[in-house]
Amino acid sequence: QKTKEGFFSRITKAIAGKSTVDEEVLDNLEEALVSADVGIETTVQIIERIEKRVKQDKYVNTAELNNLLQQEIEAILVDAPEQNYKDFDIPEGKKPYVILVVGVNGVGKTTTIGKLAHNYKKAGKQVILGAADTFRAAAVDQLTIWSERVGVSIVKQAMGSDPSAVAYDTVQSAIAKNADVAIIDTAGRLHNKAHLMDELSKIRRVIQKLIPQAPHEVMLVLDGSTGQNAVEQAKQFTATTDVSAISITKLDGTAKGGVVLAIANQFKIPVKYIGVGEKIDDLIIFDKHEFVDSLFKLG
Amino acid sequence: MFNSLSEKLESAFKNLRGEARINDLNVANTVKDIRRALIDADVNFKIAKEFTDKVKEKAVGEKVINAISPGQLMVKIVKDELTELMGGTEAQFNITGNPAIILIAGLQGSGKTTFTGKLAHYLKTKKGKSPLLVAADIYRPAAIDQLTVLAEQVGVDIYSERENKDAVAIAQNAIKEAKAKNKNVIIIDTAGRLAIDEAMMTEVANIKQAVNPAEILFVVDSMTGQDAVNTAKAFNDRLDFSGVVLTKLDGDTRGGAALSIKYTVNKPIKFVSSGEKMDTLDVFYPERMAQRILGMGDITTLVEKA
Ligand SMILES: Nc1nc2c(ncn2[C@@H]2O[C@H](COP(=O)(O)OP(=O)(O)OP(=O)(O)O)[C@@H](O)[C@H]2O)c(=O)[nH]1
Ligand SMILES: Nc1nc2c(ncn2[C@@H]2O[C@H](COP(=O)(O)OP(=O)(O)OP(=O)(O)O)[C@@H](O)[C@H]2O)c(=O)[nH]1
Ligand SMILES: [Mg+2]
Ligand SMILES: [Mg+2]
Repeated sequence: QKTKEGFFSRITKAIAGKSTVDEEVLDNLEEALVSADVGIETTVQIIERIEKRVKQDKYVNTAELNNLLQQEIEAILVDAPEQNYKDFDIPEGKKPYVILVVGVNGVGKTTTIGKLAHNYKKAGKQVILGAADTFRAAAVDQLTIWSERVGVSIVKQAMGSDPSAVAYDTVQSAIAKNADVAIIDTAGRLHNKAHLMDELSKIRRVIQKLIPQAPHEVMLVLDGSTGQNAVEQAKQFTATTDVSAISITKLDGTAKGGVVLAIANQFKIPVKYIGVGEKIDDLIIFDKHEFVDSLFKLG
Repeated sequence: MFNSLSEKLESAFKNLRGEARINDLNVANTVKDIRRALIDADVNFKIAKEFTDKVKEKAVGEKVINAISPGQLMVKIVKDELTELMGGTEAQFNITGNPAIILIAGLQGSGKTTFTGKLAHYLKTKKGKSPLLVAADIYRPAAIDQLTVLAEQVGVDIYSERENKDAVAIAQNAIKEAKAKNKNVIIIDTAGRLAIDEAMMTEVANIKQAVNPAEILFVVDSMTGQDAVNTAKAFNDRLDFSGVVLTKLDGDTRGGAALSIKYTVNKPIKFVSSGEKMDTLDVFYPERMAQRILGMGDITTLVEKA
C-alpha cells in the first residue's frame, strides 16, 4: 500500500548510508507512535527496546528494522486467552454464556452488542439481549431495534427501573429458555463517578445469584478515537468489573486506536473485537498483525 | 499517571533554580518535559512541538528577577500562552434570524443529541427563546425517540418525519413549521458521521446550504486523542463551522484536544458540556481549560515549591 510506504520510506531515507539507527529514525518512529495515540510512556519503552536490539544486532537495514518494529510492538499486545473453541461458539459448560458490556458514554456499546448478537446468531446460537441501560433517553428503544434487526429476543423493563433487576431477568430468562448467550447492555458511565461504577458491581453481584461464574465475559468498549484517557477507563472499569476483553470501535475513521498498546502494556487485557462501521456486519475479530500494520499507515 | 507531570516538571524546575537568566541550555529539559506533559494531555504531537518552541523563544533571555524563580517564570509563560491560545476574542453566540437556525454536527457518539437538548434548555431558560428541535438524524436506531424524550424533558417542541429519508428536506420543512408555530430558534440535530465518509459529509454540507444557519456547532468529545486535528479540519473544510462544543468534561480527561482544535481551525469554543442532565451546559472559560490541560492543580503547588 502507498500509505504504508510513506512512513517506511522516511525511515529508509533516514538510515540510508548509515550503519546505525540514528536520532532521526527514532524521532520519526516516535512521531508515528505518538500520533497514533500510543502515548509517551509506551512509545519511549518501544524506542528503548528498538535501540537495544539495534545495538545488539549491529547493522540493521530498513527491511529488518520494519520487522523488528512489528515484533516489538506485537509483543506488547497480549493474546486472548487460549481459545479451544471456535469464534462465536461458547465454551463447554458455560451455558448461558453471559456477556456484560460496559464503557463510558457514546463509545458504541449498544451497537457492538447488536453486531455481536448477529455473529452469535449466524454461528447458530440462541441469543438474548438485556436492556439494562434504563437511563439514557431511548436506550431501550435503540436496543429493541437492534434485537429486531438481528432477530433475537430482548428482555426489558420500563425506563428508570433498576438495571440490576433487568440484568437478573435477562439471565433468568436465558436459563429458562435454554439460550446459549445472554448479552447485557449497560448505560454509558464515566469511570470517575463512583456511584455509577458501584451500580456495575451490583449488576455483577445480582447476576451471580443465578450463575456464580457469571458474567463469563466483561467486555469493555473503547472508542478508537479516544486519547490517553482510555488508560484511566481501563483502570477504573477493571477495578470494578474485572474486565476480561476489550472491543475498540470506530476504527473505520482515521484514528488509529494506538492507545490499546498502552493499555495492553499496563493491564494485559486482550483486545477481542474491533468495530469498523455502524452496520450489522461491521465487527471484526481482532488481528494483532493487521492492527500493528495499520498503526503505521499515514493518513 | 497524572502525577508524572508534576514530578517531571518539578525535577526539571530544580535544574533551573539559581540561574539568573533562562537560556537555551538550562531551559531545554524543561521544554521537553512540558511538551511531553502536553502530549500526555492529548495535545497533538506537532502542535505540542510548535507550542513549546514558541514558549521557549519567549522564555530565553528573560531575566529572572529575585522575587520569582526561573521555574515560576516558565510556568507563568506557559500558562499565559496557553490561555491566550485557547481564548482570543470573546465568542458571541449568534441567534439572529427568525427563526435563528443552529446546525449541530460531529462524529458518532460525541454528544450532539444531548447537547441539542441542553442548548434548547439554555436558550429557553436563559435567553427567553422558544426553540424547536429538529430530528435530522435519519440513520441511528431510535435517534428520533431519543430527541423526543429530551425535548419533553426540557419542555420544547420537536419536528420529525419518521418516514422521510431526506435530511435536507426535513430541515427545510422544519423552518416552515417554526414559522407557522412562532418558534424563534430551531436547532437541527444531525446524525454522527466520519470526516472521511464522503456521502455523509455531503449530506450535512447540503443541509447547511439549504437552511443557511446562523451558527454551525462542531460537537467534540473532550476525550478525543491525536486524531482531533484531522477531524476538526475536515469538518471545518466542509462546513466552515462557527464554533466548537466540548462534551463530557465531567470526566477526568485533560482535554488537550481542545487546544489542538483551536490551534488548527482557530474557531472559538462556545460551550462546554459536562453531564447527562439537561442543565449541565456552560460557556467556555479559556483560563480554566488552560489550567486543566496543564493539570494546574499540580502547577499551582509547583509554583509554591519552585
Ligand atoms: N463509524 C462507526 N460508528 C460506530 C461504530 N460503533 C458505533 N458507532 C456509532 O457510534 C454512536 C454511538 O453508539 P452506541 O452504540 O449508541 O454507543 P453506546 O456506548 O451504547 O452509547 P451510550 O449508551 O449512550 O453510552 C452511534 O451513532 C453508532 O452508530 C463503529 O465501529 N464505527
Ligand atoms: N457524562 C457525560 N455524558 C454525556 C455528555 N454529553 C453527552 N453524553 C452522553 O454521551 C452519550 C452519547 O451522547 P449523544 O448525545 O447520543 O451523542 P450523539 O453525538 O448524538 O451520538 P450519535 O447521534 O450516535 O452520533 C450519551 O450516553 C449521552 O448521555 C456529557 O457532557 N457528559
Ligand atoms: Mg448504549
Ligand atoms: Mg445523536
